[in-house]
Parts: sequence; C-alpha cells; structure tokens
Amino acid sequence: MTRFLDLTLSGISTGAVYAAVALALVLIWRATRVVNFAQGAMLMITTFIALAVINATGSYWLGFVAALLSGLVLGAVVERVLIRPVEGGPPLNPVIVTLGLYTLLVAVGGMIWGNTPRSFPAPFSLRGYRVGGTTLLFTPNDTFIVLIVLALALGLAVLFRATPIGLQMRAAAFRPEVARLLGVRVGRMFTLGWALAAVAGALAGVLVAAAPPSPTPLSPNAFDPILISGFVAAVLGGLDSPPGAVIGGLVLGLALSYVSGYEGSTLVPLAALAILVIVLMVRPTGLFAATRERRV
Amino acid sequence: MTSTDPALREPAPGRATSAVRRAVGENTLLRSLVLVIVVGVALLLLSDVVTTYRDLQLSYGAYYFCALAGLTMLAGTSGQISLGHGALMAVGAYTVAKLRNTGWPLVPELAAAVVVTLIVGIPMGAAASRLRGPYLAGATLALAVGLPALADKFPSFFGGENGLSVNPSTPPASLGANFPLERWEAWIACAGALIVLFALYNLMHSGLGRSMRAVRDDEIAAGLAGLRVGRMQTLAFAISAACAGLGGGVFTLVYQSAAPGSFQLQLSLYLLAGVVIGGLGSLVGAVWGAALLVFLPNWSTDLANSFSLSTNVSHNLPLAIYGVVLIAVMLVWPSGIQGGVRALSRSRSRRLRGAGARSSAQT
Repeated sequence: MTRFLDLTLSGISTGAVYAAVALALVLIWRATRVVNFAQGAMLMITTFIALAVINATGSYWLGFVAALLSGLVLGAVVERVLIRPVEGGPPLNPVIVTLGLYTLLVAVGGMIWGNTPRSFPAPFSLRGYRVGGTTLLFTPNDTFIVLIVLALALGLAVLFRATPIGLQMRAAAFRPEVARLLGVRVGRMFTLGWALAAVAGALAGVLVAAAPPSPTPLSPNAFDPILISGFVAAVLGGLDSPPGAVIGGLVLGLALSYVSGYEGSTLVPLAALAILVIVLMVRPTGLFAATRERRV
Repeated sequence: MTSTDPALREPAPGRATSAVRRAVGENTLLRSLVLVIVVGVALLLLSDVVTTYRDLQLSYGAYYFCALAGLTMLAGTSGQISLGHGALMAVGAYTVAKLRNTGWPLVPELAAAVVVTLIVGIPMGAAASRLRGPYLAGATLALAVGLPALADKFPSFFGGENGLSVNPSTPPASLGANFPLERWEAWIACAGALIVLFALYNLMHSGLGRSMRAVRDDEIAAGLAGLRVGRMQTLAFAISAACAGLGGGVFTLVYQSAAPGSFQLQLSLYLLAGVVIGGLGSLVGAVWGAALLVFLPNWSTDLANSFSLSTNVSHNLPLAIYGVVLIAVMLVWPSGIQGGVRALSRSRSRRLRGAGARSSAQT
C-alpha cells in the first residue's frame, strides 16, 4: 500500500512536469498549428542559462527568473525569424524547420557547455516527508513542482478566459482572417503564443533538471525524453485544449509511474505507446479536443 | 501531384519518333521498365568505376531511398505522415537478421522482410486511418520510441542493446575471387531500391494511386464515389511500411547487424526531413533526400574538420550545419529541392522562350 502511495505521489510530480511541456506544445499548436519539435532543445538552452546565472550569483531564484525571461525572448525570436516565413506554406514545412532548430540548438548547447552532464540545484529539500515513521517518496520540492505547474495552468486559464489579450489570442488562433478584419494584430498574437509557450517550456526545464526520483542531469540531449512524454501527454489531452494538456500530463505521469514501479523501466516507452494508441482508437482527437472526430 | 513529374516522364513523343517510343510513353508499365533498366544500368556502371567507399555510400543511399520512397508515396499520394518509419525499418532489419542466422538465402529473407513489415503495417495503417495531422504524428512518434524498446524487453530473442549480428552475403564465385564485398552489397541495395522504384512508380500512376489521391483530396467525395476511404489509407500505409521494411532488410545486410541504436527516433525524424527537403510526393525528391542523408553528414564533418577549433565546437559543428541546412532549404525552397529544381527549369525555359520571341520580333 505504501508502495502504491509512493508511486502515485511521484507520478503526480512527474506528471506535473509532463503537463508543463504539454502546455508549451498546446500553446504553440493553438497559435500557429505547428508541432514544435525544438521545444526540448529550447528548454535545454534556457535551463543552461539558468544554471549559468545560479553559478554566477548564487541565487536559485535569479536563475529561475532568468530561465523564464530567456524562454520568453527565445520563443518570440524563433516565431518571428524562423516560423513566420514558412507559415501559410505546406503544413509540414514549419515542422521541418523546428527539427532543424532542434538539431542546431543541441549543437550550439554542446559547443558552449560541452556534452558532459551537470547537476542542477533544487530550490527545496529533496528529503521525503515523514508520515508516522515511513518516509514518503514525495518531497517539499515535489510540492513546489506541483504547485507552480498548477499556478501556470491557472494563470493561462485566466489569461485566455478573462482578459482582452487572451480573447484576441483565441480569435487569432481560431479565425485568423476574421480576427484580422476586426483589428486583432494576428501576427503579434502568434508571437505572444510562442513566447508564452517557451516560458512554460523553460519552467518545465528548470523543474525536471532537479526533480527526483530521476533527476535529469543537464546536457544538450537530456530533454529529448521529456519532449516525447510531453507530446504524448498533449496528444492524449487533445492538442487544442490546455486543461486537456494538464490532465493528459497527470494521467501519463501516473500510468508510467505505476508501469515502471511494478513492471520495470524497460517497459515505459512501450506503455506510453500502448496508452496513446488505446486512447486515440477510442477518441481520435484526444480526450478533450473541441473539434469533431473524423468519421470514416 | 506526381503524375506530372517531368523528370520521371519519358520525353513526350515528337513528330519524328517511332511507334515504339509512343507505346513506351503511353504505357506506364513499359515506361517504368525502361526507367528501371536505364537507372539500373547507370548504377551498375557507376558501382564499377567508383571506389569501394563510394560503393558503400551507394548502398546507404539505396536503403535510405527505399524508406524515403515509401514515405513520400504515403505523404504525397495518401496525404498521411509518419514519424515511425525508422521503427518499420527496424522490423525489416530484425526479420532479415533472425532469418539469416537460421540460414535463409538472400532473396527469400529480403522478401520475408517485406512481407513481415507489410503485415505489421496493416494494423498500424488501420489505426492510422482514423487519425490525422498531429494525432497521427503523435501515434507514429510513440511507435518510433516504443518499438525499439522491445529489443530491450526481450534480450534473448532480439539481442538486447547489442542487437543481432549476421554474416555478410558473399558475392557469387562467378564474379571472380577479387570481387569487392562492398560492390556486391551495393548491387543488392540498388536492386532493392529499383524494385521499390518500379513498384511505387506503377502504383502512383495506376487507378489505385488515383483513388488514393482522391481520398487525400476529399474524403467525403471519394467515399461518395464508392471508394473505401479507410481501406485505401490502410493499404497505402501498409505498402509504405513494406518499402521501409525492405530498406531495413538491406540495412542489416550492409551493416551486418541489426541493433536498436540504429533505429532510434532520430532516424525517423531524419527520414521525414529527407522526404520534405527532397520534395514531398515525388520519387525524384526521394533520391534527393537519400543523397542528402548520405552526403550531408560527411560534408559537414569534413567542413568542420577543415577549421582548427576546440573539441567542443568541432564535435558539434556538423550537427549545427545539418540543422542550418534543414532550416535554410525550407526557407529558400518551400516545396523541397525537387520543387526548386522544377521552378528553376520552368523559369529558364520561360526566359529562353522570351528571348526567342524578342529576337524573332527584331527580325
């Protein structure tokens, strides 16, 4: 029973990180209909920047803010410089551009910081809570992860539902022509969408780099598995739906935690595949997508 | 899309051409046979004059072409994308490795690789026909990650991390004792590529190919016209999978091993990049893509080594160049290299015509 509880708790914590990556992918998908394969590399770069700031200043929180700010800038620059020229062309072209960007960023990361993995500090204690004599597999740092991802999701929900800028972003995403006619700066909304997505990604990077039980030492290729899990979570939830991304992330985190806890970690990729295929067979556009499913 | 591929077409029969040329021009089967024979003879001559290292590169290009041609047929004809073709290559590769170690001869084991991948491709295609766009990408991406994990799960059957190694296929004695192994492998690989070229060329120019394109362009209209939409898409996926399987089988013969490390996600992503950069939906584009996948890593490594740089920079420079090329091609030629070549030749012929019109106006 304690094992089940432990696996559930650690599943929630990793699921929260998946949810943050999934949110990043969903925001970009909603804004520009692009699956951003460069997301993993982008959050690698921002996490390295955070590490550099932490090492220079000694303050975790300055590094944290640096990661989010550099994510904001990186996302906006990538959209303006690389994605804007290929928008409106064949639908796969932006995907190939993001693949190229992924390769380029991993190489740049390796050039600057080398390929040796480095450890990343955690802001809070990594010792599990003690409840009645047993140590739970859930730490104050996990609490921080879950709370900050929840805060991110709530913040995005408020932004999209309750502010004029969020309304403009939704309009630009769903009916760009009509939105443009009504005076929405559609291009600017797309840039903002990418920037926000990169902030969510940067957050996920900082969190996962320090997150036990399996901290990911920081190296140029370290975040590829996170990107795949985030993508699977986003597809599970339905790529159009930010709440779906959060729930998809939690479901995937829990399921993979149970599989790796009870059956061993070699089965994890296969389990992710099985979960995705089963869900998509029942609901071809994910669990929470607004669009109608296609009937054959 | 591909039916108007000028580079694959025989030249239009002029006034002076014989009835034979006209028959070849109109009959897809004859045209593809001529195409395969011409390309085959060219490859045969090429493999004889180049060094063994170039022969090896030729076989790399040939197995890439098998997978890329299948993928480009899927994307161009059926309108589906797949991020899982690297995993399908692994299916073909492991089939050949297992059969080769039990003593099967060359041709049946490659045929078995095609059949096994076709069978694996059918349920996957049936699943894929329900999905579109990013959902299909997600499902096939999970396939690319999940399938190689099977090798780790059943190490006694699939050989675990190290994979399975096989004996090379030795050239027949009739070719002489000194016939290089690399050249023989290049022949096998090119034969596989030619079979794929022949099969897909005929498929894409047949009624079946037309039906698939109809499904791609408008599913509802195609359904109304009596086409089985789901079945068409399943079939396209399975055929495309079989091509990738043949490519994987050839891979095992060339590398003399099948290991999970060769079929990671990167392979699937590079295959997708290869078809899009070559030109989606065009078999000539698949040739461009294969050439790119073979030569670009070499060129960028050579280029990186020609500067004297610190190890961190020089180790990562090839990767950086690769990424820059992917981005640059997409920004410069949105419809891929083949689309760029077509646009160039069109504008040149227009300029020539324009010059001719001007000079005739002056006289």
